Amino acid sequence: MSGRVVTAAEMGLIGCRRCGHVMQRPQAVEGNSCARCGAGLRWRKPQSLERCWAFLIAAMILYVPANTMTMMKTINPFNSTDDTIMSGVIYLWAAGTPELAVIVFVASVMVPIGKFIALLTLLVSVHRGSSRDRVGRTRLYRIIEKIGHWSMLDVFVVALLVALVRFDLFGRVEAGGGAICFGGVVLLTMMASLSFDPRLIWDTPEKT
Amino acid sequence: MSLDRWVVCEQCDSVYTRRPLRPGEVADCARCGHHLYRHHRFDLERLLALTLATAIVFVMANVYPVVALNAQGAYNAATIWGAVIATWESGVAPVAFISALLVFFFPLSQICLFAYVLLGLRRGRRPAEFRQAMHALSLMQPWSMAEVFMLGILVAIVKLHGVMTVIPGIGLWSFAILTLLLAALTSYDLQDLWDIAEDVEAGRPA
Repeated sequence: MSGRVVTAAEMGLIGCRRCGHVMQRPQAVEGNSCARCGAGLRWRKPQSLERCWAFLIAAMILYVPANTMTMMKTINPFNSTDDTIMSGVIYLWAAGTPELAVIVFVASVMVPIGKFIALLTLLVSVHRGSSRDRVGRTRLYRIIEKIGHWSMLDVFVVALLVALVRFDLFGRVEAGGGAICFGGVVLLTMMASLSFDPRLIWDTPEKT
Repeated sequence: MSLDRWVVCEQCDSVYTRRPLRPGEVADCARCGHHLYRHHRFDLERLLALTLATAIVFVMANVYPVVALNAQGAYNAATIWGAVIATWESGVAPVAFISALLVFFFPLSQICLFAYVLLGLRRGRRPAEFRQAMHALSLMQPWSMAEVFMLGILVAIVKLHGVMTVIPGIGLWSFAILTLLLAALTSYDLQDLWDIAEDVEAGRPA
């Protein structure tokens, strides 16, 4: 390693969050506008932890109806079935398409829950001023930023099935309230991770 | 030393001096591993061509049906807008609204804004609303979900396959290509485009 890295905060520099332009004092003051693109300058994302907590808690609450309410109704002349996310996954598995069941399970169950756990870990570690494994925690943040939007998969599948399966004779598919809740969960978790400022992981002093 | 030569890691706040990279090289943050910048292989002409190709494929993906179903003579085809409208009519308006934004309006706006910015820069100046266009592009980036919708189409097809006859439409192939082109287009770093704009205005070749 070639010595310690210097941070922008120590040097009185701010890098613009929109265009990357680096500014020095006296221009680099919270609330000033970027000289190049006009975006407001911030040392850190404003109320990062509070906003992240708010979106995350809302998402976790909404996750309950998203799983218990009907995602998709299949109606045909003989019977009608209501599917939740999990019963949809089980149906795919039983119907002889386990690959599909795994894809939907990962996107709709593992990714959201993984994101809840990851964000909770990040938030709690920052609150406690932890100095452990900052590289790993920053990497964790990058992962949840990259994969978060894939959870929208099941919502899109339902929308497509509703559009396609509309036959008088053979039945139709309708979307249920679960689809609204689940879409909301995905949007809220994305807003939570966008609100979180990974620089907070690095702001706490090294413990000796 | 000019501040233009500095780069600040947006994930851990480390400061580095920018140095020229060889083709294919990328600069990662030594402290947190975040990707900082890559070798400039920005070519306005090429990027503009990519934008126009994406626009054409976008139109095709939306005009032609993505899939059609045939259930013993009864036939039904769905376009992307058809899916949005059907979802709306099915009583889950929020789902229709979100889907329309994420797979139609955001990708469309990205294509239009890229075309606007690039056409302006090619003429050797910043277009009038350059700042606003660039801010809108960077805000929309995380919310553009064509590739997720693409996987959704495939899952829906496999789900219906076996129960009914599924006929892939021109819209499906177009949408698949759209997904790839849009990914290529948005893989360009918007911060590089800001640098290019400064070069273009200063009369330096991009």
